[in-house]
Amino acid sequence: MLIAVLSGFALALIAPSLHRLTHKRTGFLVGLLPLGLCVYFVRLASGLDADVAPVRETLAWVPSLGLSLSFTADGLSLLFAALISGIGFLVAIYSGGYLDNHPQLGRWYAYLLMFMASMLGVVLSSNLLAIFVFWELTSISSYLLIGFFHEEEDSRKAALQALLVTGLGGVAMLAGFVLLGRVGGSFEVHELAAGAGLIRGDPLYLPMLLLILAGAFTKSAQFPFHVWLPSAMAAPTPASAYLHSSTMVKAGIFLLARLFPVLGGTPAWTAVVMPVGAITMVFGAYVAMRQNILKKLLAYSTVSALGAMTMLLGMGTDGAVKAAVAFLFAHALYKAALFLAAGIIDHETGERDVRRLGGLARALPITAAGAAAAGLSMAGIPLLFGFVAKEIFYEAALHGPDGWAAALTTAAVVSSMFFVAAAACVAYRPFFGAATETPKRPHEAPASMWLGPALLGAGSLAFGVFPGWIGEGLLNHSASAALGKSVDLHLRLWHGFTPVLGLSAVTLLGGVAAYAVRPRFTAALATVHRGCDAIGPQRWYDGALNGMLVVAKLQTKVLQNGYLRHYLAVILITLVGLSGSVLLTHVKEIRKHVIDSLVIAWETVEFYELGLAVILIIAIAAAVHSRTRLAAIAALGVVGYGVALVFVLFGAPDLAMTQIVIETLTVILFVLVFYHLPPFAIYANRISRARDLLLATSVGVVMGVLTLVATATQAYPTISSYYGEMSYDLAHGRNVVNVILVDFRALDTMGEITVLTVAGVGAFALLKLRLGARSRGDEEGSS
Amino acid sequence: MELVLAVIVGGLYAAGIYLMMRRNIVKLIIGLVLLSHGANLLIFASGGLTRAQSPLIAKDGHVLAPGSADPLPQALILTAIVISFAVTAFMLVLVHRTHQEAATDDLDALTTTDR
Repeated sequence: MLIAVLSGFALALIAPSLHRLTHKRTGFLVGLLPLGLCVYFVRLASGLDADVAPVRETLAWVPSLGLSLSFTADGLSLLFAALISGIGFLVAIYSGGYLDNHPQLGRWYAYLLMFMASMLGVVLSSNLLAIFVFWELTSISSYLLIGFFHEEEDSRKAALQALLVTGLGGVAMLAGFVLLGRVGGSFEVHELAAGAGLIRGDPLYLPMLLLILAGAFTKSAQFPFHVWLPSAMAAPTPASAYLHSSTMVKAGIFLLARLFPVLGGTPAWTAVVMPVGAITMVFGAYVAMRQNILKKLLAYSTVSALGAMTMLLGMGTDGAVKAAVAFLFAHALYKAALFLAAGIIDHETGERDVRRLGGLARALPITAAGAAAAGLSMAGIPLLFGFVAKEIFYEAALHGPDGWAAALTTAAVVSSMFFVAAAACVAYRPFFGAATETPKRPHEAPASMWLGPALLGAGSLAFGVFPGWIGEGLLNHSASAALGKSVDLHLRLWHGFTPVLGLSAVTLLGGVAAYAVRPRFTAALATVHRGCDAIGPQRWYDGALNGMLVVAKLQTKVLQNGYLRHYLAVILITLVGLSGSVLLTHVKEIRKHVIDSLVIAWETVEFYELGLAVILIIAIAAAVHSRTRLAAIAALGVVGYGVALVFVLFGAPDLAMTQIVIETLTVILFVLVFYHLPPFAIYANRISRARDLLLATSVGVVMGVLTLVATATQAYPTISSYYGEMSYDLAHGRNVVNVILVDFRALDTMGEITVLTVAGVGAFALLKLRLGARSRGDEEGSS
Repeated sequence: MELVLAVIVGGLYAAGIYLMMRRNIVKLIIGLVLLSHGANLLIFASGGLTRAQSPLIAKDGHVLAPGSADPLPQALILTAIVISFAVTAFMLVLVHRTHQEAATDDLDALTTTDR
């Protein structure tokens, strides 16, 4: 399984080069991998047995963090893996036709394969941290796929929005995972499921649940995080069909199902997940019905379907989880087909608005057949798998949690009516009725493109007529894995005359009515809809994004204002505040110490030392205060030589010599450079000078006191004695300072020499650089 | 003498920082030089002050006589003196060239890299 996941990443790396070699055939070549994977997963699935523990593979990745690449092949992961690889195969081939002649098609395949591999990683991993890593990889590849038409601003914005919303959710989810791992003592899902009772009783249960749900809800576009999904329709249609209908958006559903044995079924779970799902379901279906752009319509209906699955998982009864799994499979089949068909319509006619489409069935017979099957499945018409799934969905809603059954059933029926209307808009309206004028003359798409809708439509029909094929097998195992116990899922085409069948009939009639009144209804409520959009979640997102930019600009302006003195002021105030406050807490000792040193100084300081100090202070003051450049240089020289004298007096002849040489050079340099500079000008006003003086004085006082404290205390034993003892024996030198520099710490001296060299080269380069001459030359050249 | 040295260090720091906060670019350099003097003296003082006992091993001895000045801070300061000279020299050339190109010594006038 490790190879199954990683092969996608490997092929993604070479896909662009492969495309350069094979051109038109790349789609089929690249599609071979997902096809092979799909066969592999289906074979694994056919070997599933309720009595045998699922296959596990573990490879330690970062053991110290509890992160391992462990994969589990149970019903749930295999259902997803088969869908991901199967639809991945169709989409890979489809994109060859859809993005025919696009210059960056090779890159497209790389993104697509990267996404597929990440998604397989999410569904096959049983380690929470690994799930997170792959989860984020799907967000990143989704970003790349949505923004594939990166020349268009809408695409870039939509890509960023998807990344930000799902990325933020992902971070929350990671926090939840870490909490879960701490409480449960493991990051392996099956180990956590064994200790589920303890986890559910933990006081941290609610925070971790909410954090993880934030991840699942953002990924699966639950209200109010759904906004990114309709925007993501800016992506090329194959990406929309693959990521934003059948696979990635279901990652959140997958996570809910995967963690259901660990976190699910509690009152808190039901209280959060079920209403969020129900609201999303009704809201999405309603908004979908009034869309006219094909892809937007499909996007909102996807939001609604995701809401339905979330609601079912939130209910948490056995029947509801079974229904969620069946509904998921049905939705993946028909929604991918409809998206691919919508892409074909767009590709062949250049038109996306359903109001301007009609009668395409004659020109696009195969596409029309596939879309019709998928549309009928979406509407829940008998003989198609959508009908079977809807029946079991209604069944679950009718047997929902106490007191909720009526409300949930109503919500399910109402949104299913909207679904019927939406399905008619997308699968009936463009293909039948009177033909219309379109920007391009329509003719049937190449086989690479109609293959997807045709196969998926046939799938909806085949599984609809014989629901037992998959119901008794993979779907059953999936529901068992999600529930954490063995259950029996019986899918049948005909249940007899039951209340559920009545509800289906009502749905169909209501849906047809909704389709009929749709145009008038939408027109009548246009103002209301605009008003709702103006205060909707998209506005919240825009506001948050703009707010962040404003804050970023503001803090850059405040913190990085470009004035050296402001930076200095911040650093120094921090220094004075922190050091000063520490010093203040020891004010008594310090005062005593100062008085002691005063006494010692009175007794021991030689008069020439005092004289030197006075001269230094005067010179410092002169350097600050002097009005002419020459006086300043002279004062600076006096300070330098004075410091050299201090070195002489206190046993540092080497320092004194160096200081004198360097000081001389410095003074010469200063004179040379200052000769060319204008006289000192005073730029600052009196107030700012007083303010700077106050700050500088306080820093001076703090540093002075620190010096005094530093001379009086010794926190650690000195290491100097080592050099004193070893200098002659090891390095054969009697001048210890010298030996330290050239022997013990020779590398430091090497660094010092490097600094000198760099400064020298820099100075030379600066002197040789003639900016003005060049720019003047350019101006002459251009004029 | 520690007290006297502490006063000098404090004075050097105060003067250095005051000058570094001026708008005049030349004063900035003078301030930097004073500040490095202050830092050197601070390191020097922290090693403990001993009058006139250089860290030299006597001709007939193998180890440094006890009571000698601490060699380690001296080695550090020696490096620091040379490096601060390098920095000062580079800064001076930079100021010289800046003045040639921008014709100002006011830091506030040097707000952009493009003219």
